[in-house]
Amino acid sequence: MAELHLQSHRLQNLWQKARELPLLPIGVLLIVFIIPALFAEVIAPHDPYVPNLRARLQPPVFFGGTWDYMLGTDRLGRDILSRILHGAWYVLAVSMIGIAVGVVVGTTLGLIAGYARGWFDGLVMRLVDISLALPAMLLALALAAAIGASFLSVVIVVGFALWAYFARQVRAEVLLLRNSDFVARSQVAGASHLRILFRHILPNVMNTIVVLATLQVGIAIMLDASLSFLGIGIPRPTPTWGLLVSDGRDFIATDWWISFFPGLAILLTVMAANMLGDWLREQLDPRQRQI
Amino acid sequence: MLKYLSRRIASSLFALLVITFIVFLLTQLSGSPVDALLPDDATQEQIDSFIREWGLDKPLWQQYLTFLGNAAQGDFGTSLKWPGQDAMGFVLDRMPATLELGGLAILMSVVIALPLGVAAAVYKGGSIDNGAQIFALVGQSMPSFWLGIILIWVFSVWLGWLPTSGMGSFSHAILPAIAIAWFQISALARLTRSAMLEVLDVEYIKLARVKGVSEWSVVWKHALRNAAVVPLTYFGILAASILTGSVVIETVFSWPGMGWVAIEAIRGRDFPVVQAVIIAYAVIYMISNLVVDLLYVVVDPRVRHG
Amino acid sequence: MTHTQETPLLEVRDLRVEISTKAGKFFPVNGHNFTLNSGETLGVVGESGSGKSMTAMSLVRLLPKHAARVTSGSIKLEGRELLSLSRSEMRKVRGRDIAMILQDPQTSLNPSFTVGNQITEALRLHAPGPRSTLRERAIEALRKVKVAAPEHRVDSYPSQLSGGMRQRVVGAIAISCAPKVIIADEPTTSLDVTVQAQYLRLLKELQEDTGMGIIFITHDFGIVANLCHRIVVMYFGRIVESGTVERIFAKPAHPYTEALIAAVPKLHGHKGRLRTIPGSPPPQSEQPPGCPFAPRCEMADTRCFTELPPTVDADGDGEHLASCWRVAGQ
Repeated sequence: MAELHLQSHRLQNLWQKARELPLLPIGVLLIVFIIPALFAEVIAPHDPYVPNLRARLQPPVFFGGTWDYMLGTDRLGRDILSRILHGAWYVLAVSMIGIAVGVVVGTTLGLIAGYARGWFDGLVMRLVDISLALPAMLLALALAAAIGASFLSVVIVVGFALWAYFARQVRAEVLLLRNSDFVARSQVAGASHLRILFRHILPNVMNTIVVLATLQVGIAIMLDASLSFLGIGIPRPTPTWGLLVSDGRDFIATDWWISFFPGLAILLTVMAANMLGDWLREQLDPRQRQI
Repeated sequence: MLKYLSRRIASSLFALLVITFIVFLLTQLSGSPVDALLPDDATQEQIDSFIREWGLDKPLWQQYLTFLGNAAQGDFGTSLKWPGQDAMGFVLDRMPATLELGGLAILMSVVIALPLGVAAAVYKGGSIDNGAQIFALVGQSMPSFWLGIILIWVFSVWLGWLPTSGMGSFSHAILPAIAIAWFQISALARLTRSAMLEVLDVEYIKLARVKGVSEWSVVWKHALRNAAVVPLTYFGILAASILTGSVVIETVFSWPGMGWVAIEAIRGRDFPVVQAVIIAYAVIYMISNLVVDLLYVVVDPRVRHG
Repeated sequence: MTHTQETPLLEVRDLRVEISTKAGKFFPVNGHNFTLNSGETLGVVGESGSGKSMTAMSLVRLLPKHAARVTSGSIKLEGRELLSLSRSEMRKVRGRDIAMILQDPQTSLNPSFTVGNQITEALRLHAPGPRSTLRERAIEALRKVKVAAPEHRVDSYPSQLSGGMRQRVVGAIAISCAPKVIIADEPTTSLDVTVQAQYLRLLKELQEDTGMGIIFITHDFGIVANLCHRIVVMYFGRIVESGTVERIFAKPAHPYTEALIAAVPKLHGHKGRLRTIPGSPPPQSEQPPGCPFAPRCEMADTRCFTELPPTVDADGDGEHLASCWRVAGQ
C-alpha cells in the first residue's frame, strides 16, 4: 500500500516535471536542429549540392520569391532551405561527438585525479589550467595548418575546448564524495578501486555531467560554425552552417538571404540549447553559479 | 602579494612552454618541416641548408630545443606567402591593428555592460532588467560573424553610415568592434547583475545607507567595488574570446590584423607565419591574464594583504 | 522616571508598517507607541520575527523597497516629524542624528575600504573638513571605542581585524558624528560572551559621556537587565508590554514577558532547568482575531482567542503598560 502510494507519487512528480518542461526551446531545437539533422533526406525539397543555374539567386517567398524555394537560392541556384537542412546533420555530429570526446576525456581524468590525488592530480590540474587558458581558436589554427581542416580536426578542437570544464568539475565533486560514508563502506567491503569509481562515484557525478554537457552544446555549435565560416572547419562542399553564412558574405548588399537564414538557424539553435541548459541546471543542480 | 604574482608569472610561462611544444609537435605531424616550411620549388641546396639550420638531422628533443631557442628570439623563418618577409616581423607589423580593434571592443563591452548589469540588479524585475535578460540571451547565442555581416548590411549598405570593410579612419573600426563586443556585453552584463544582486544584500550596504550615504554612492561605490571582483574573473575569458573574435571578425571586415594574417597564411600553407601568429596570440593572451591578476590586487585588499 | 514637560528625544506614535506579498498583507510593526529620552536606553525585546528589526529600519526609513512601507503614524526626533522629510533631508538625519549598529560585524564593514575610510565617509557627509582633520577624527572615534593603536588600525582593512575589533569599528562609525540616537540591532549576538560584556560596558560609557539615547534591540532579556532603563516587549508585530526595567522584572504583566524572563539562564542561584516557551508565533500571513500569543499562552481563555486585548495601564501610574486580557479584564 505504502509502496503503491510512493509509486503514484513518483508518477505525479514526473508528470509535473513534464508539464514544466521548457516547451519553447525544446520545440525550437526539434524543428530547427534535430529533425532536420535526422531526416534531411526526406524533408529537403531540393538537392543541396547540385547547381541549377536556371534558379539562380531566387529571393525568399514574401520577398518576391516562390514557395518552391522558400528561403531563396544561392548563386548556383541551390535551395538555401535544403542546404540548411542537410547542414544540420554535420553540425549535430560535430557538436555531439566533440562534446562526447570532452566528456569522456574530462570525466575520466577528473575521476582519477580526484580519487587518486598525488602527482597525477597535480598534473591533470596543471593541464586543466593551461587548457582553460588557451583559446581553442589557436589550436584550431595550428591543426588546420598542420594536418588540414577535416571533420576530425573540428572534433578535436571542440573536445579540446571542453574537456577541462568536465575534468575540473568532476574532480571537485569526487574530492567531496571520496570521503563520504558509502565510499568508505565499499572500501571496507573490499571493493576494487575501479568498482568504487565507476559503480559508486560516477553515478553521483552524472547530474553535473549532464548539466555541463547541455550547457556546452551552444559553445560547441558556435565553435564549429566559426571554424567553418573561416574555412578551417569541415571542408566544402559539405554545407555546414558557418560555411553557408560565409557563402553569402560578399552578396549581402543584394542577396541578403544567402547569409541571413543559415545564421538565423545557428542563432535559434544555440539560443534554444542555452535555454534548455539553464533550465536543466536549475532542475538538477541549483547550487551551480552561472557563468 | 609578490609570491602570488610570481606564481602567476611562472604558470603563464609554463603555459607558453606547452603551447610551443604543441606547435612543434603539430609541425612534426604535418610531415617533414622541409615540405611545410620551404616553398615547393626549393633547390636541394636550400633544403640542405634548411636541414642544417633547423637541426633536422638531430634527435627530436634537440630539434625542439632548437625550435624553442629560435622561438625565444622571435625567429620562425621567413614567410612563404609574402616572400622575403620575416614571419614574426610580419605578424608584429599587424599586431597594432588587432590590438586597436580588441582594445576598442573591450572598452565598449565594459562601458556598456557594467552600467547595464548594475541597472538590471538595482531595478531587479523591472523593464531594464527584463530587457537586459533578453538582450543577454540573444547576444550570447548570436554568431559574431553573422552579426558582423548583418551590421554591414544595415549600417553600411542600407543606411550608408559606416564603411563596409578595411582599415582607415576611426569609423572603420566601429562595426567590427561592435560585432566582437556584442557577445561580451551580454556575458559581462549577466555576470555583473548576479554579482551585484549578491552584494546588494550584504550588511555593509545597509550600513552605508544607515550612515546617510546617497543611493548613487551606495550602488556605484560600495556595491560595485565589491561586485567588480566577479566580472574581473571573467576578464581572462574575455581576453581569450576577443582574440578568437578578432580572427573571425577581421576576416569578415577585411581588417588587416593578426587574425586576418592567420587565415590568409593557412590558406597559403604558410607555416612559419602561422606559427608566429599562434605564439604572438599566446603571448598577448598571457600578458592580458597577468594584467587581470594585477587588477585583482588593486581591487581586492584581501589578495593584497593575504 | 521623572515626568518632564519638554519634548522627548524620539517619540513614536501609532507607527504601522505594512508588507504586501503574494500571500497577503501583514504588519511587522503594528501600532507602535514609545518614546526615548536623552541619556536613556530603551530595550526592544522579542523573539526573531517579532518585528524588532523592521521597527529599527522604519525609524531611519530604510525599509526594503517595494515590499514594505510605513502606512500610518508619526516619528518625531526632537519634535521634528521624520516621516514628512524629503529623501535628501532624511539622508542628513541618518548617520548624523540617528546612527545604527548592525548585527553582524563580519559583514557590516565593506571589505574593499580601509577602516579609516569607512569612518570618515560619514564625517565627510555630515561634518566635512580637510582630509587630515577627518583622519584625526577617525582616529579619535577609534580611540573612543577603545581600539588599541588607533593610528595604526585606521589604515587596516576589515579582513585584518578580529570579530570583536570589527564590531568596535562599527561602533566607531556610529558615534563618529556624535548622533543623538543610536539604534543597536542585536549588536553582540555573534560575539563571544567576554567580548560581548566588554562591548556592552563600552556602549554604556559612551552614553554617559555623550548623553545620547540608545535603542537596544535584542532577544536576550539577560542583556536588557544590565543595560536598559526601559523596555518594550514585542510579539508578532505588536508591543505587548512596556515599562521600566525594575517594574517589568519585578512584576511582568504579560505572560509572554514572564516566559521570556524565565528563559534567561541564571548564573547563580536556581538550579531549575532552563524554561523555553513552547510553540511558535503564528505564520505572518495570518492575522488572528484575538491576542496573537493566545495559542502559546497557558492562561488563555476564550476571549483571548476572539478579541484583541487593549493596551492598559498595568500599575495605574502610567509607567507600565500591557495589552493582555489578564490585566485589562481585572
